Amino acid sequence: MYRYDEFDERFVRERVAQFRGQVERRLDGSLTEDEFKPLRLKNGLYLQLHAYMLRIAVPYGTLNSRQLRQLAHIAETYDKGYGHFTTRQNLQFNWPKLKDVPDILDLLADVEMHCIQTSGNCIRNVTSDQFAGVARDEVEDPRPTAELLRQWSSLHPEFVWLPRKFKIAVTGAEHDRAAIKVHDIGLKLKTDDTGEVGYEVIVGGGLGRTPMIGKVIREFLPKDELLAYLEAVMRVYNSEGRRDNKYKARVKILVHETGEDEFRARVEEEYSKLDGPTINAPEEEVERIAAYFASPAYETLPEVSEALDDARARDGALDRFVEQNGFTHKQPGYIALTIALKEIGAVPGDMSADQMRAFADIAERYSFDEFRVTHSQNLVLPHVKKDDVPAVFAALKAVGLASANAGLITDIIACPGLDYCALATAKSIPIAQDIAKTFADEARQKAIGPLPIKISGCINACGHHHVGAIGILGLEKGGRENYQITVGGDASEHAALGERLGPGIDAEDVPAAIEAIVATYLGEKRGEETFIETVRRTGPEPFKAGFTAFIEARAAASEAAE
Amino acid sequence: MTLITEQGAIEDRFFRADTIEAALSANGPVLVPLALAADFVEAKPGTEFGVSVPGSTPIDEVAPHLGRASLISVEFPAFSDGRGLSLAKKILRQGFSGTLRASGPLIADQFLDAIGCGFTEVELPETMANRQPFQQWMAAKETMTDHYQSGYGPGPSILQKRLAARKGA
Repeated sequence: MYRYDEFDERFVRERVAQFRGQVERRLDGSLTEDEFKPLRLKNGLYLQLHAYMLRIAVPYGTLNSRQLRQLAHIAETYDKGYGHFTTRQNLQFNWPKLKDVPDILDLLADVEMHCIQTSGNCIRNVTSDQFAGVARDEVEDPRPTAELLRQWSSLHPEFVWLPRKFKIAVTGAEHDRAAIKVHDIGLKLKTDDTGEVGYEVIVGGGLGRTPMIGKVIREFLPKDELLAYLEAVMRVYNSEGRRDNKYKARVKILVHETGEDEFRARVEEEYSKLDGPTINAPEEEVERIAAYFASPAYETLPEVSEALDDARARDGALDRFVEQNGFTHKQPGYIALTIALKEIGAVPGDMSADQMRAFADIAERYSFDEFRVTHSQNLVLPHVKKDDVPAVFAALKAVGLASANAGLITDIIACPGLDYCALATAKSIPIAQDIAKTFADEARQKAIGPLPIKISGCINACGHHHVGAIGILGLEKGGRENYQITVGGDASEHAALGERLGPGIDAEDVPAAIEAIVATYLGEKRGEETFIETVRRTGPEPFKAGFTAFIEARAAASEAAE
Repeated sequence: MTLITEQGAIEDRFFRADTIEAALSANGPVLVPLALAADFVEAKPGTEFGVSVPGSTPIDEVAPHLGRASLISVEFPAFSDGRGLSLAKKILRQGFSGTLRASGPLIADQFLDAIGCGFTEVELPETMANRQPFQQWMAAKETMTDHYQSGYGPGPSILQKRLAARKGA
């Protein structure tokens, strides 16, 4: 893991003091509310429906046990005893008091954490693949790039007053787990014909009310040219992005309205005027950062663990957990484990302070003191010895963290929705809970297979419903909450936006509608096809037909009841 | 209007003229809008002048004046509109070595951003200067010692300092 040097340390400490001063200047009237608002947002502080919300950056989703224990301490001291992991690999506290925020920031700085640019019209927390450094299909570990970008984007003098927020994701693997095609900038590490490492640069993807798949604007950018090239992209966006309408201000709209080719030409023209060597990171600095992400001191082990195999043969629950939540590790004898923060009936992404402490102990003892946050609101223990898995499973089970449903129909992403959010038009957490209860049976979940459901409580799409294999969008219609359902969304290298199945439905009908969609899938499925593979082959038509039949049956049933 | 530099508040040497008549009748340095700059130079060649340009102006429209003007004033319509910061970088890249002014309702918290992008002074409307007097700007300038971004001032970036420390060691 990256560790702060004296410069990083001072930077974060000074930023805390700077924010403390900004709060004071708001209170003494030097800053108006309109002026203070972007300053607090750039430090992760939102005003929500009931209270302030503080969003803490978890750069590229990597944390250690000391940091998680500190988060547990903050949760108990300043919040209601829990935290909430988000779809941007961050952590939110939903109930802090404004006067406590500078103190919380100090506690975060004590463990090399901050809230810098977790909101506001600036470059946000950089996200990455939760299996970085673990996956076998990796060209290069994306975390050093993500850390370089964290530093480069922090308080960037030119790019902190952008037209709108700006999100960057990096992946180093063939299979895209970082959703780079639906980010403002997506970077994919790759090699060219000569074996040189560089990036594919994708610009203009995004979700929200106008979802778009990003465009490749550079097939191959040599690795050492990254910062200068991004400066060119950002300068074109900062100069030309729309500022007349906040709903048309993201770079995806600029790329769309300018045209992909013209946008590319403008970036390349700007890039040609830059003096790259004066902007790019020195090679020594790139190497310095990369050294922090060297593999931990693995033991030399056989690929197969007899201890684990024996335990799995004896314990069906352990077997299901490993099968569902295990991820193949590049190092023989090791495995990565997904910890689904998705106990049936729980709030997706929530973690209590007790769970945090217990999990910190597990990560420290069994995973080289490191864990990851995923954009599916789950956690990952990246480096577990297979021999240790039975002990890890037992420890997780003791604190309610051993749900064997990673990637299944009950592993649902949901935004905070009307329970917390000032923008929401509908609830999303209770919808997730109802669906999870409907499909609680483990054997049934397994028969259905991988099926990511994503729920947003308004068109801003924080629950990423556009890229859910099943997407659910909650709206308000005639004073009632109304849910639109899509299928076929995909955030991976096959990125696609879901298609609507028909008219919106009431909240209480959502679980049955999902049952109808699942029935269509199981009827259409060929061989070992997953849900998304079936939709990709058949298109949405059979699902629309099944959904229409469901709506008609519902209407007939409710008429009969009257 | 209040003019603030890194050293503190200073007097404005320039007279802001909105018409060509006002510009031509003034004594001393004049600040004219971009649309009047060419006419002013033709009518009064050799006179010291500045050009006022909105932050949204394409660099191609500013570039012809950079060799002769001693002041470029980039107008910020609102503090949250960062286009002027990018225009500053483009102006400096053309080799402009005169005074680069940011003009508009900026807040003290942006002083480091403005300096970082190469502005040498900030011109504030009085309402802003009353709420955030120059002392707040001087204090805001000191809040952060370092910056990560190479190519932005003042001084070397953190990345460059690390490299220098390693080479010196």
